[in-house]
Amino acid sequence: MNIISIAYKNLKRKKIRSVLTIGGVGIAVAVLVSLMGFDRGYQESLTGNIDKMGYQLLITAKGCPYEAATMMLKGGGGLRYMEKDIYDKIRGDTRIDKVTPQLVSTVYDPDRLDGQGGFVMYMGIIKSYLELKPWVKFKSGQWFTSETAEEVIMGYEAAEVEQRLVGDKIFVSNVNKVLTVIGIFERSGTQDDGIVFLPLKTAQQIFSLPDKLTGVGIKLKNIQEIGSFEEDLYNEPGIQIISMAQVRGTILNLISSAKVMTNSVAVIAIFIAVIGVVNTILMSVFERTREIGVMKAIGASAMDIFRLVWMETILVCSLGGILGSILALSGSSLVEHIIKMVLPYAPSGQLVLIKPGLLFVAFIGAIILGIIAGIYPAWRAASMRPVEAIRTGE
Amino acid sequence: MGELIVKAEKLTKVYKLSAEEIAAVNNVDLEISSGEFVSIMGPSGSGKTTLLDMVGCLDSITSGQLEILGNDVSKMKESRLVNIRRRKIGFIFQDFSLIPSLTALENIQLTLYFAGIQKKPKESIRLLEKVSLAHRVNHLPKQLSGGEKQRVAIARALATEPKFLLADEPTGHLDIENSQEILSIFKQLNEEGLTIIMATHNQKLGLQAKRIIYLVDGRIVENNK
Repeated sequence: MNIISIAYKNLKRKKIRSVLTIGGVGIAVAVLVSLMGFDRGYQESLTGNIDKMGYQLLITAKGCPYEAATMMLKGGGGLRYMEKDIYDKIRGDTRIDKVTPQLVSTVYDPDRLDGQGGFVMYMGIIKSYLELKPWVKFKSGQWFTSETAEEVIMGYEAAEVEQRLVGDKIFVSNVNKVLTVIGIFERSGTQDDGIVFLPLKTAQQIFSLPDKLTGVGIKLKNIQEIGSFEEDLYNEPGIQIISMAQVRGTILNLISSAKVMTNSVAVIAIFIAVIGVVNTILMSVFERTREIGVMKAIGASAMDIFRLVWMETILVCSLGGILGSILALSGSSLVEHIIKMVLPYAPSGQLVLIKPGLLFVAFIGAIILGIIAGIYPAWRAASMRPVEAIRTGE
Repeated sequence: MGELIVKAEKLTKVYKLSAEEIAAVNNVDLEISSGEFVSIMGPSGSGKTTLLDMVGCLDSITSGQLEILGNDVSKMKESRLVNIRRRKIGFIFQDFSLIPSLTALENIQLTLYFAGIQKKPKESIRLLEKVSLAHRVNHLPKQLSGGEKQRVAIARALATEPKFLLADEPTGHLDIENSQEILSIFKQLNEEGLTIIMATHNQKLGLQAKRIIYLVDGRIVENNK
C-alpha cells in the first residue's frame, strides 16, 4: 500500500470526472507542446533553409529587400531584374570566396497538379551554383552539356510532381519551348527541391531577358568583411545587398509577434486547465469530508491527508501531461499542415519539431502544474478538524 | 485493577448555538481501566457520542481534565493527538466508514500505512479470518453486507493492536442477528484482554457489557461497575 495507489483508486471512483479533467490538462499540454515544437521547428527549418542557400549575401535589383529575399526562398512571380554587369564587376573581388548569378522566372502551367494549375519555378544557373551548395548531389543524370543547351535539371520534388525521368521532355508553357531533362537532383530538404534548373544563358534567351539577372549569391572568405563589402557596393545604382542573417532575423521577428498571440492562447488554456483541476479536486474533497474525518480518526495526520489529495492532483496532471504529449505527437502533422496553410511563408522541413527533451519538459511542467494546483485543495482537506468532518459529512 | 485507560475529572463540553450554550457533556468524572467492557447508554442527545469523541481525542475539551493512558490530552495539540489515535485507539463507527475505493484488505492496510507500521498482508488477512471474513479479502465495501462491513471495520480497528476500542453505535445500522454477532465479537475480544468502550442506545445489547454508564443530559446518572 502506498499513497500513489490510494490516490489512483480514489480517482477511479469518479471515472468520467477524472477522465474529463485529465483531458482538459491533456489538451492544454498538447497546445503548449505543439507551440513550443513549432517555435523550435520553424526556427531550425528557416535557419536550415537559409544556410542551405549557400550564400551569406544576395545582390538583387533595388526594391524591398525582404520581398526579394523571401522570393528567393519561396519562389514566386513579380521578380525585379538587374543587369548582369554587376556580376562581371564583383566576381574578381578578392574578398569573395564563391559567387553565382541566378535568373529566376516563374511560369504558370495550367496542366500542373493534374489539371489544377500551378506555378513552376525556373532558375537559370551556372556551374558555380553547385560550388556554393556542395551538398547538392545528382540522383540521376548529369550537368548541362553546354552553356546554351536546351536542357533542364530538376529538383527532386519537381521531378516527382511532373513525373519526369532523365531523357524525358518538359514543356515550358508560356514560351512554347520543349526542354530535355538531363539530370535530377537528390532531395535536399530546401526550396531547391521544387525548382527546375536550366543554363543561365538558355534561361535568359527563352524568357527573353538577355543579360538580366534576378540575383547574385555571394559567399565571402571572411564573414567579418561583410560590412566593408556592403559599403563598397552601396553607391552602385539599381542594386541592393541583402544579408541572409538579417533576413532570418527579420522573418523570426515577424513570426515572434504572431507567437505572442499563440502563446497567450496556450497560457489561457493552461490557466483554464488549472482552474478545472482545482475545481475537480476541491469538489472531491468536499464530497469526502466525512471520509477525510474518518481517515483522521483512524490515524491519518494532517500531512497524510495533504499528501493524499496533493498526489491525486499530481496524478491527474501527470496523466494529462502524458495524454497531451501523445496528442501533440500524433497531431503534429495536422498542426503542421494547418500552419503551412496559414503562414505567408513557411520554410521547407519539419515545422513542428517535437523532440524527447520537449516532451520531458512538458511532462515535468504538468507535474509542476499539479503541485501548484493541488496546494489549495490539499490544504483545505488537511485542515479539516476530525470530529467536525465526521459530523458534517453525516 | 489494570492500567488506567481513561481518567476524566469534571470533563465538560459546551457547544455554542447562536446565543445559547449547550453542555453536551457536563462535569463528568470517569475512570475506565484496562480489560473493561463499558457500555455508555442513554437517550438520543444525552452526550454519548460527544463523550466518546473526547475520549477518542477527536474533539476538544471545554473544561475539566482528561487523561488517556496517562497522557493529559486536555490541551494537547492535534499533531500529538494523532499519535495517540493511530497507535492506541481503534475506532468503530455506526455507518462502518470503510473507504469505498479500497478492498477489505486494503482498508486494513490503510490504517497500518497511516500508523507507519510495516506488516505483511498475511497478518492483515489473519485479522479478517478472526472476524470470519477470510473469503471477502479482496471485496470492495459495496460488495459486502452491513454485518460484513462492520466486521471489516472491527478488523481494521484491531490492525494497529490498540489499547482500547471505541465503538459508536456499532449496531445502529444492523439487524438483530448481525448486532448480536458484532457483540459476540466484542465479548470475545474483551475476554482476550482488550478494553472496549461502546456507546449505544440499544438496551438489549448495551446491558450485555460488564459495566454500564448511563448518561442523561450530559451527566452520568448511573455508573454500574
